[in-house]
Amino acid sequence: MRSKSPANVLLQLAAVIIALALTTIVLLISRAPPLAAYANIVLGAVGTWEEIANVLVSWVPLLLVTSGLILTFTVGLWNIGIEGQIILGAIFTTWALRLLQSSGLPPAVILTLSILAGMVGGALWAMLAGALKAFGGVNEIFGGLGLNFVATALNLWLIFGPWKRPGVASMSGTVPFPHELWLPTLSAQSRLSPSALILAIAGIVIVYFLVRGTHFGLRLKAVGRNASAAYLLGVPTWQYMMVAFALCGVFAGVAGAIQVTSVYNRLIPSISSGYGYMGLMVAMLVNYQAALAAPVALFFAALNVGSIQLPIVLKLDSSLAGVLQGSLVLLVILGQGVRQRLLTRDTSA
Amino acid sequence: MNAHLVLVGLAGVLTAAAPVLFGVIGETISERAGVINLSMNGTILLTAMGGFAIALASGSVVLGFLGGMLIGGAVALIVAFASITLRQSQVAVGFVLALLCRDLSYFLGNPIMGSTGPRLSILPIPGLREIPLLGVLFFRQDIMTYLSFILIIVAWLFIFRTRPGLMLRGIGERPAAAYVRGANVNRLRYIYTVIGGAVAGLAGPIYSLSVKAGWKGTISGLDGIGWIVLAITIFGGWNPFRAAFGAYLFSLLQWLGLVLQPALPGVPSQVLQVAPFPLMILTLLLVNIGNAEWVERTLASLPAPIRRAISRALRALNATPPSALGTPFEKE
Repeated sequence: MRSKSPANVLLQLAAVIIALALTTIVLLISRAPPLAAYANIVLGAVGTWEEIANVLVSWVPLLLVTSGLILTFTVGLWNIGIEGQIILGAIFTTWALRLLQSSGLPPAVILTLSILAGMVGGALWAMLAGALKAFGGVNEIFGGLGLNFVATALNLWLIFGPWKRPGVASMSGTVPFPHELWLPTLSAQSRLSPSALILAIAGIVIVYFLVRGTHFGLRLKAVGRNASAAYLLGVPTWQYMMVAFALCGVFAGVAGAIQVTSVYNRLIPSISSGYGYMGLMVAMLVNYQAALAAPVALFFAALNVGSIQLPIVLKLDSSLAGVLQGSLVLLVILGQGVRQRLLTRDTSA
Repeated sequence: MNAHLVLVGLAGVLTAAAPVLFGVIGETISERAGVINLSMNGTILLTAMGGFAIALASGSVVLGFLGGMLIGGAVALIVAFASITLRQSQVAVGFVLALLCRDLSYFLGNPIMGSTGPRLSILPIPGLREIPLLGVLFFRQDIMTYLSFILIIVAWLFIFRTRPGLMLRGIGERPAAAYVRGANVNRLRYIYTVIGGAVAGLAGPIYSLSVKAGWKGTISGLDGIGWIVLAITIFGGWNPFRAAFGAYLFSLLQWLGLVLQPALPGVPSQVLQVAPFPLMILTLLLVNIGNAEWVERTLASLPAPIRRAISRALRALNATPPSALGTPFEKE
């Protein structure tokens, strides 16, 4: 989505249409009624106020993660370890809550400290991937993937070991925290927390201005475009990569903290809910630019929430949302390639 | 536990490593040619579901395996087309395919979830099966496990002992030099990426038709194996023998996790099953650390005997990727 030329808009539109066509074919293969399926997704996402609130609940972590990833992508890093960073954020938040819950401090202070702890957790885990790359020569993709597994193992161990429910440990997670340690939500039933929403919006705005309008952002871009040239011009390359990792980890940590403090109110095995990988998809789809991240993340969140209805109503698997998202990103990448090929042919002719 | 049970358990380790091996050797072929196929996790899930669905519909295990190869090759073809022809990032396309194929397998596999279908039968080799110890270990396996043994040797011989294999290494290491020698770099990369994908495409059906027979959707326990395959490929230093060692080590650790479960009541089973992963990172670190610049500098300041010992150890562990891995080739 680099330029706004008519040909480019057409290509993007073509990508959307082909992605829809492919998903429709997938639906037809499984002998499912496509129109009913799409109608279900739309209704499931925006049919009631509660569902719209759920879309926003899912939008918050997705947007936070995407914001962080824009920084690592800008510096040229593939931070696939983002899932683990969300998990560590959630673990550190839970840890802080457990330590502080009987401290007598006001709940607002405890919650703030716990979210800060989540930021630290995410940042540390991200910097571990960064250190493996900078000092161990381990490619960030493989280091990050490995660290994701370690984070999952650590999370499971805590839930089934030291932090297990009294009596029997289970996949349903740790004992829920008392009500006063939940981030305040819109209503008693809703999981939508206005403060979480504000954090997410503030996050993407900060990233937008950081990358666009600051010296720091400029240097990040320089390292991302050509690390060795930036190094020769005096930009401390690995330090910048490390900072980008740490900042991305902070964002992922907040996402994990919000999952714990407002969505589940406890630590559960699948606390990251795949938001990290989905954030990578959103970041790719917006071509690593912050401007479009919020609406695209909202669209992805709506697809996720909308598809929850599919198994109940149509006996279809909710992974249809992922099929549509995946084909969309794939086709946009292919479309970009086609456009670049056409452009080079034009200039060489 | 008696000796016979241990032996049967170890034979199971060899069986369970077979799909990992097909994945790792397939990826090794592709990366040797300079193309990272990051879609492996999706490829394995989609071929597992697809292979099982085909075998279920046709009643033929053979068709299931062929279907897996076809699907694996097709996914790899998309990676090749996007990266070689369209010059897009291999990592980006592969990652998207990893997620897309995973979701596709869950969605399309929904109707056949939990069905019982055909499965691979054990094929003891007459005569050899009676050899004490080795018979139980190696010669009472199914056909795909035998093929996995053969694959290791054939892949090694091909890569290091044949002319086409030399060319394969050439297009991954020095594509420009290979081009000058008359190799059609991009066409060969296409061919080897698709071959690698087809070989890896056998991994899924080996799971769904033998090792973990059937298709159980998200609880099949296959999500994550593809990422491990990618890690073992690096651990294996793009060498089939070393890759095989990695695959067997991984499989052995998972088995030990299960066996040691009763002995370690404090450790939940979910943790033991992921225990190999942290060890994998540690080994990745050991494999790669020799490439880091500061290690050389630190070594240089150490007394000679220690330096020699450490650098020899690092060199033994070290694996350097094909130098043109992930970069497109342009003639000119």
